[in-house]
Amino acid sequence: MAKVMMKGNEAMALAALKAGCKAFFGYPITPQSELPEYLAKHMHKYGGVFLQAESEVAAINMVYGASGAGVRVMTSSSSPGIALKQEGISYMAGAELPAVIINVMRGGPGLGGIQPSQADYKQITRGGGNGDYYVIAYAPEDLQETVNVIKEAFDVADLYRNPVMIAVDGLIGQMMEPVDVDMEVPKRDLPEKTWATTGTQGKRPPVNINSLYLDPLSLEKHALKLAEKYRLIKAKEQRYELVNMDGAELVIVAFGTMARITRSAMEILAQEGIKVGLLRPITIWPFPEKAFNEIPETAKGILCCELSTGQMIDDVKIANNGRLPVGFFGRTGGMLPEPEEIVNAVKAMLGGLKHE
Amino acid sequence: MALGKITVDIERCKGCGLCIEACPYHLLELTPDYVNKKGYQPMRIHTPEKCIGCANCAMMCPDVCITVERL
Amino acid sequence: MSKIVFQRTKGLTEKEFSYCPGCTHGIIHRLVAEVLEELNLLDRAIGISPVGCSVMNYEFFNCDMQQAAHGRAPAVATGIKRVRPDAIVFTYQGDGDLASIGTAEIVHAAHRSENITVIFINNAVYGMTGGQMAPTTLVGQKTTTSPYGRDPKHSGQPIRMSELLATIPGATYVERVSVHDPANVRKAKRAVKKAFEIQMNGLGFSFVEFISTCPVNWGKTPQEALNWAKENMLSYYPLGVFREPKEDAQ
Repeated sequence: MAKVMMKGNEAMALAALKAGCKAFFGYPITPQSELPEYLAKHMHKYGGVFLQAESEVAAINMVYGASGAGVRVMTSSSSPGIALKQEGISYMAGAELPAVIINVMRGGPGLGGIQPSQADYKQITRGGGNGDYYVIAYAPEDLQETVNVIKEAFDVADLYRNPVMIAVDGLIGQMMEPVDVDMEVPKRDLPEKTWATTGTQGKRPPVNINSLYLDPLSLEKHALKLAEKYRLIKAKEQRYELVNMDGAELVIVAFGTMARITRSAMEILAQEGIKVGLLRPITIWPFPEKAFNEIPETAKGILCCELSTGQMIDDVKIANNGRLPVGFFGRTGGMLPEPEEIVNAVKAMLGGLKHE
Repeated sequence: MALGKITVDIERCKGCGLCIEACPYHLLELTPDYVNKKGYQPMRIHTPEKCIGCANCAMMCPDVCITVERL
Repeated sequence: MSKIVFQRTKGLTEKEFSYCPGCTHGIIHRLVAEVLEELNLLDRAIGISPVGCSVMNYEFFNCDMQQAAHGRAPAVATGIKRVRPDAIVFTYQGDGDLASIGTAEIVHAAHRSENITVIFINNAVYGMTGGQMAPTTLVGQKTTTSPYGRDPKHSGQPIRMSELLATIPGATYVERVSVHDPANVRKAKRAVKKAFEIQMNGLGFSFVEFISTCPVNWGKTPQEALNWAKENMLSYYPLGVFREPKEDAQ
């Protein structure tokens, strides 16, 4: 199909429909309300169910129910609403239920602001809900990548029986770009959902969807089973992009919108003869630790750039493992930097290399 | 000759006594000389020949221990 | 020639109930299970377990079950019924689950007239956590968090869920029943049957509130607890039908 100009929120909604999403439960919140609005209009044309829930809490629990009943289901929200969903997400991870959850990040904490941010990184990757679990999280940078990643996310969620989060920000949700929603994406081999509550039909014993294990030994066994699953995901699903690594003096680590602004900064720096590379996580969980092995010997430091006061920087430091100095540049509260601000941060770091 | 007959799953019974109160002819009691595996004195019918099979006991039993027949 | 007039229903698994001796959960589980069996619904039933004493009733009902977060069962039920409209979906919730943390979810499920059946167990106390005050605790009733008796000036009046939900147009069928004696148990079963028939006929939201007991946390024997419920709860929580479909709708 040819590329069509679409607004991010609508492209994300359409991507889900193309991936066979058959149910959406959500709630309005800026800057993602266009996503449920699009599905309110179009979901029924794809034979699916749309319902505006009474809250984000109710929505994630409707997702739990539909997912438990074996149906491809999605919800979307923005930072404060995602905070509300944490209980439900933890329950889904514990009960091993698949779903796609889109977080169109905005400034926080609390009610915060409606402009874009990346300040949910910790909430997403450190698990905002209780217990030993993770969500698989993708952080695409443009609409085409977002659409592709959403389509894959449904398969990945089904394959691992785990919630998958799409971490975009308000800019990605609101902007318009050309996008081909029918672009082929890799598919996974998926087993039948024999665990789902579809009604016994008199043909099999009843099944339960449950995260309660009162006996501690059983709960430990269950948590270890999940941990093994996460170990497998860490080994197989890290995704990243490396740009301009050859001979780079400094490597910027940035994702999403910050990565796009970084690309412009890199062009300016290149014109001034400063070689800067970009290590762009596409999955923020599992964090692409493997990518750090590919930072060249020429690199004198790492500059972590985020739309926050510094959350991914912890993972950068862990992956860096003491090898190089790690600096930080960020804007937050919904502010977006000009490329020149990143240029200056790079120059400052190269001028006086030190750890943050 | 009794009109009804009850069978009690004495290991499932928790000796709660709701059936005893429910029996219109006061035919039931907790077994005085037996304690089941759970540590409860299960119910028994002390005068089975007066049972009419009304199933009031079974209506009240929270553990579904009682089977009732009409003879 | 003898005839069995009462035996254990196939709607229950063989597992022994984990409830305290004389707890009315057992009676009510049995009624729901019997109705599901008699109406031939077990094959397409999907129930939702709450958080409370009956959290593990997914082990007792002989059908597919999902265990839900505290209060969220009506939302989980909504998710299931919207994607599997042919399933018979029911929730089973206590007073903390439905009348405290879950008030938004139950009100909106009724408001949308979700085609589900809700079984509400009102025993005026929080059982599982050791006897704290519930929204349904009576004025003057002593609990571990109202040790001097519920003071309405401090904690408000107890909440009457059936009356509240009956004001919502989407709440197709709302009835309050009791299980304190065999006659009421039989009447309660008829209400449960009616509720599931409402769902089978696609008529919308059905709700049965059960006046129930908690012998251990009330500090009474099982029979004393039934008597206390009859003497003290029925005057505040009257039994009866609060909303039902008009004759021609059925």
